[in-house]
Amino acid sequence: MATVTKTWKLFIGGAFPRTESGRTIKAVAGGTVHHLCKASRKDLRDAVEAARAAQPRWAASTAYLRGQILYRLAEMLEARRGEFIEAIRATSRATPRKAKAEVEASIEHVVSFAGWTDKIAIVLGSQNPVAGPFYTFTGIEATGVVGVLAPDESPLLGALALVCPALAAGNAVVLVASERHPIPALVLSEALATSDVPDGVCNILTGDHAELVLQMAGHRDIDAIVAGAKGKQAATLKAGAAENMKRVTIVDPASDFTDARWRSPIAFRGVTEAKTIWMPSMA
Amino acid sequence: MQPAPTVVWSYAPAPETFPVEISQEHGLFIGGTFVDPRSRKHFGTINPATEKELSRVAEAGKADVDAAVKAAQKAFKGWSRLRPAERAGHLFRIARRIQERARELAVLESIDNGKPIKETRDVDVPLVAQHFFHHAGWCDKLAHAVPGIDPRPIGVCAQVIPWNFPLLMAAWKIAPALACGNTVVLKPAETTPLTALRLAEILQEVDLPPGVVNIITGAGETGRLLVEHPNVQKVAFTGSTEVGKRIARACAGTDKRLTLELGGKSPNIVFADAPMDQAIEGIVNGIWFNQGQVCCAGSRLLVEESVVDEVIGRLTHRMRSLRVGNPLDKNTDVGAINSRAQLERVNRFIECGVREGADRIVCFDGALPDTGYWVAPTLFRGVQPAHTIAREEIFGPVLTVLTFRTPDEAIARANDTNYGLSAGVWTSRASKAYEVAAGVKAGVVWLNTFNQFDATSPFGGFKESGFGREGGRAGLAAYLA
Repeated sequence: MATVTKTWKLFIGGAFPRTESGRTIKAVAGGTVHHLCKASRKDLRDAVEAARAAQPRWAASTAYLRGQILYRLAEMLEARRGEFIEAIRATSRATPRKAKAEVEASIEHVVSFAGWTDKIAIVLGSQNPVAGPFYTFTGIEATGVVGVLAPDESPLLGALALVCPALAAGNAVVLVASERHPIPALVLSEALATSDVPDGVCNILTGDHAELVLQMAGHRDIDAIVAGAKGKQAATLKAGAAENMKRVTIVDPASDFTDARWRSPIAFRGVTEAKTIWMPSMA
Repeated sequence: MQPAPTVVWSYAPAPETFPVEISQEHGLFIGGTFVDPRSRKHFGTINPATEKELSRVAEAGKADVDAAVKAAQKAFKGWSRLRPAERAGHLFRIARRIQERARELAVLESIDNGKPIKETRDVDVPLVAQHFFHHAGWCDKLAHAVPGIDPRPIGVCAQVIPWNFPLLMAAWKIAPALACGNTVVLKPAETTPLTALRLAEILQEVDLPPGVVNIITGAGETGRLLVEHPNVQKVAFTGSTEVGKRIARACAGTDKRLTLELGGKSPNIVFADAPMDQAIEGIVNGIWFNQGQVCCAGSRLLVEESVVDEVIGRLTHRMRSLRVGNPLDKNTDVGAINSRAQLERVNRFIECGVREGADRIVCFDGALPDTGYWVAPTLFRGVQPAHTIAREEIFGPVLTVLTFRTPDEAIARANDTNYGLSAGVWTSRASKAYEVAAGVKAGVVWLNTFNQFDATSPFGGFKESGFGREGGRAGLAAYLA
């Protein structure tokens, strides 16, 4: 029987469209040539629109529910453990042991953030003892639509390290997969599609980083960017802040994403906003 | 609606007479002493209520900015390694000395800025002292301040502040920076440099180590030289969104940490079930506090349609009793606009509002002083969401009134702006108040109150109102590596 090879597509609004541009990039993985979508400016725009539409409801769902949904995502990753290991090995030539370790760390990472959703406000929020007759407290809210640029090292764990804090806090995400090793992120899109993460809450594009970085930086409806980037791309993204004051967090793409800091509260910097509410405590 | 008063009460002048001496010329505060500018340039700062020059202050040029940054770099090693309790000691002493010299600072602020003495005396200066006192206490508790980080200072902080709360903004910038072990070069606004320079005197008095805080005066070019200086590790700016964007662009290719507190067009939402007496006072405070020259001013009044006539009737009645004039008079509610440039900007917006078809209502029937920069409290009815005066930050005593029918519509209208600094919500129903508070995209939400500030309480915006917070532990995070 002939084998059927998979056509890799984009993941936007819970659906798997081809790029509207018709452009592809060649990726060789495991001896097979794959033609992946080279996402265009319009694909990015569609993904941002899907994210924008999905975000308010995701943010308004209870932290407990978001936690359960992320845990369900971890279950879906677990179910695809073998496929992830294969994808990582095939594209990045990682040793089987290294690929396995990355997948295990990735699953653990998602579980960790499933447990973060209902603790963000506890750890980062505050009651403020102001010098007056007011009850004042600071809550933590999602920033909105977050663009994530996945680093090439650890193509799965690196992507999840940057995506999970944003999702846990109630943001919707447009993830641009690792440029060199995009296939693990595409397997992730299938896990997302079968998880309970609502359509549009996490969208995934593949393509040319230099091109997409420029478009993300200039996009006025992206509220924040978290990017494994350096040099010129990092500067371009930061200059994008000047467009609409988007919050830009640059991380070293070569970071060790198994380090505890990626699961610490600092992961929420740049994807959360402090909202302080005052009310009179005496009439 | 209450009838218009038949008896016109007049008030005898009640001037604040505390004497404040102002030197004719001010140098730059670099390395713990006042020095003449290498640029050899000075410029005048005036009293906006009289247009009289108060003093000549130095205009820092490139060599001066270099010298100030160098002094801050030199001081960093000692200050950052000082025992936390000793750092705290310095900040506590600054707070105490500010309290002792409070009246002098309040008068000086009113003279240089134009804001009423009752505000500088009761709001600005007390908050300044509190900010230093609060942050003094953080020095030896930084390990507990920001979850997830091993607290280390960042380095030299370039801080550029606006003219609307000159001394308060200096405190908001300097206190957390110092508490975290950083050193500072601060540039006050060119129209309001005097209280920051007086603060420099206080820093000398309490023996703050030289170079820990440097204060250099100048205009936009001095600010640009400072934030773009290669030996600065952190940039903090409060001011217009336009300049904030320029700074963001300038810092993009660097590793500088950046926080920006920018403009606003904040909604003040009044529901039909609001406690109406308090709401009217809240509207007045929201837009006419500091002549509306407040980034978080409640400049867009959103009123539930069924009560719009009542609200405007009561508001215009209240507007008649606002006293506009001499900032040093203790009865003054609305003082002078800070500068001629700002006066012209506000007047342009007022003309634009009339031209675009909104109804201007001015209830002030006294005479505005002959000299100085004044705008009577102004209200616009019949404003459409697309009108310029409903969208752009005016930064003056001009209120626009829009209406809504449902809480959802109120939230949608509140969020129909690029800004997201603050919001006010007036209703007697707690559940509605919280629903709206959750829905508005704003960094600070005041429920049945407005324009409240506190050192323990984070302040800062969503969206194009900037990023980062000031006050509380969210504010400390901006000054720790």
